[in-house]
Amino acid sequence: MSRNWSYQQSLNEPVWIARDLSKCSGCRKCEIACSLHHENRIWPEASRVRVFMLVPGADFPHLCAQCENYPCVKACPFQALSVNSKTSAVAVNKEKCTGCGKCVEACPGRVPHLHPAEKKIVICDLCDGDPQCVKVCQEGGWGVLKSVPRREQPTGLYARTPEETTRNLATKMYGEKAEEFL
Amino acid sequence: MLGYAGKFLEVNLSKGNFKNVTIGEEWLKDYIGGRGLAAKILCDRLIHKWEEIDPLGSDNILLFLPGPFTGFYPGGRVCVSGKSPQSSGVVGSTVGGEFGVELRCAGYDGIIVTGQAQKPVYLFIKDEDVEIRDASSLLGKDTKETNTLLNKECRALLKERYPGYGEWKEPATLCIGPAGENRVRTAVVTAKWTHAAGYGGYGAVMGSKKLKAVAVKGTGPLPEVADLEKIKQIISLVNKIAYGNVMWRRWGTGGGGYNFGAQTSSEPIRNWQEEWHDERSYGVDEFENRFWVKQSWSDFGCPTNCMKIAVVRSGKFKGAITDNPDYELQAYLGPNLGIFNPEENVYLSALIDDLGLCGIQTGNVMGFAAELFQRDILSKDDLDGIELRWGNAEAFAALAKKIAAREGVGDLLAEGTYRVALKIGKMKHKDLLKYAVQSKGIGIGAHGIRSGMDFSNEIGFACSVQGGDHSSMTSLPLEGYGSEIWEIFYDSAIMCKFTCFGFPENSRFELYGAITGLNLTRDEWARNGGLKTLQIQRALLLLGGPDLHWNPKVDDDNPSRFYEPLPSGPCKGKAADKTSVSMGVQKYYEEAGWDANGIPKSETLLRLGLGEVDKALKKLRETSMKYV
Repeated sequence: MSRNWSYQQSLNEPVWIARDLSKCSGCRKCEIACSLHHENRIWPEASRVRVFMLVPGADFPHLCAQCENYPCVKACPFQALSVNSKTSAVAVNKEKCTGCGKCVEACPGRVPHLHPAEKKIVICDLCDGDPQCVKVCQEGGWGVLKSVPRREQPTGLYARTPEETTRNLATKMYGEKAEEFL
Repeated sequence: MLGYAGKFLEVNLSKGNFKNVTIGEEWLKDYIGGRGLAAKILCDRLIHKWEEIDPLGSDNILLFLPGPFTGFYPGGRVCVSGKSPQSSGVVGSTVGGEFGVELRCAGYDGIIVTGQAQKPVYLFIKDEDVEIRDASSLLGKDTKETNTLLNKECRALLKERYPGYGEWKEPATLCIGPAGENRVRTAVVTAKWTHAAGYGGYGAVMGSKKLKAVAVKGTGPLPEVADLEKIKQIISLVNKIAYGNVMWRRWGTGGGGYNFGAQTSSEPIRNWQEEWHDERSYGVDEFENRFWVKQSWSDFGCPTNCMKIAVVRSGKFKGAITDNPDYELQAYLGPNLGIFNPEENVYLSALIDDLGLCGIQTGNVMGFAAELFQRDILSKDDLDGIELRWGNAEAFAALAKKIAAREGVGDLLAEGTYRVALKIGKMKHKDLLKYAVQSKGIGIGAHGIRSGMDFSNEIGFACSVQGGDHSSMTSLPLEGYGSEIWEIFYDSAIMCKFTCFGFPENSRFELYGAITGLNLTRDEWARNGGLKTLQIQRALLLLGGPDLHWNPKVDDDNPSRFYEPLPSGPCKGKAADKTSVSMGVQKYYEEAGWDANGIPKSETLLRLGLGEVDKALKKLRETSMKYV
């Protein structure tokens, strides 16, 4: 991709969700919005974004980072995962997914999880380019999640395990005391 | 029924078993959930022997009840209840967080806990899979440690039992600290480190049942509702209003430590000997800029994020972590103890959280003890060598630790202000109730009535069925939106009171309708469900026992202190007026359908279909002839 972007181009390029995790209030409105959009229910465990609070206060949304090399897609033995050409999100083919969990193992952030009722993997689909979680987070002024053009950022950096992210956030907030809570 | 999961989990800790139970639609329609349903369940099962039930014995019933609004309305609150070891009545004590939501997603409308375990246990619920687990490794742990250990253990279990799911989030937990384990009457049920179901003393009830914690992971959706689109519209409105309350969002109740002293003269200072201060040292900016490492901390779905996280980074209190503190703890663990130093206040608040104590009730009883020390009624020796001078934060910290451990003088103070006033009074041959700033065994929330400038009023505590609970004050007229009938609605549905400033009053009924599909009007609630709950709570409060019985002639009143003129500030000289209060109380009795002695009349109860309550009050009506 070229670094010379025109505004017109930027309208057509895939979006990516940038994150400022330390601002997260833990309100879980992203989970509510996501599950309403995908399931038409408030269903936190079926949400594609889940807010972990392993240490109170060190709350953060955990969701797919669309790594450049898509290890989950490569790892799927059933070709159930693919990259959406328009959005760059990982698409799950429910017919093919067996819920084997290979994608979870392959993901550096262990982000994918099973839909609690369907027992198929769920992964953020960026709401076809208009992520609902971002809308509610922006509306509330928290600004943890933000849609930005997907350019040459090292996107996969956001794919950290919940433990790794928790350790970082808790240390930032509580200093050495954080060790007691990890 | 729409809006409900359809079943309750009943756990018998004596037998170590559990089962699912259902509650009929009639009850749910009348009492909704939370506090109302708690009152109904307790009445149904225990009213015939209420006076004999020891709140800290195996016969008490402990309830964890969300309401149909839980998860839909921001805040995700759940109500904890049972026979209160503070008031001997029923207190609906609600707490925010994730627990109520997880419980509903696990498929339950509540948990009913009976009996008493032999050894310390905790309850682990994953949807249909319920387990009573050994809690010996959690014993004696403070609330932060308990939370850490529980998260680890439960996540490991989930991973082992449901492999291939992906990463498990933490379960939502309610737990007790050492204070609850030691049956301290001012112990709380803690959620998320700093959140507490405080009023009522249900931490002690959990402790008496040897129930250290409840951890729940629900993977289902919230229950089916009547009109999801309508719910979305109403919640958008709640959000929009909340986002507009900019400074409320920013400071939460944290602005109160200064405001309620300087602006409304209604903050407890040195056990309420004063209610006015203008200490700029205690301004919210001093907290915000120095200690708040998180400016916005929310519970489920909350747009307000009135919670903040405070951390002491340096100095002798380094490592203390708590919330704002919120106003109540700023006041009760600050000026009420003669402390005007934010750092000491943050430290004490963190300590109280960790021990699993109620900041309000413990701040109240410690303030009481400090006044006795000031008046030379309690000596340093009586206090196990603690120099309990106003403003001595470390002395109060030492005392709080003793209370939580029920060690030495702490064992005495662990009984709470009212009971300890009687006990020390007997030891010292003095009437010490005049220094006990409480109502019906419950220390008064930090909103004094003398200045007339705060939202409290002269009969608000005196006539409340939850005594000194500032979040359940009542007022006249009974049908008005300021009365306890509406506090009961909030605590039953359950709504957070801090997200609805500016929320149109009628919207709550629209939301109820959108969730349940039922039509509820203001009149109907005030004349039926709300009033029934009020009558049941009043009846159980008056039945009381086994150690205390309230005499409405004496106890439907303000603490004596509120009749002493305010000694300082712009409202100097103002006090509650005895005649006006007693007229207000009588008027309240009339409106509530109570007789001149404050006992619900037969006709009132029978009209509401509360025959069993009427029957239980017969004996009380006879003895009330002797009330003086």
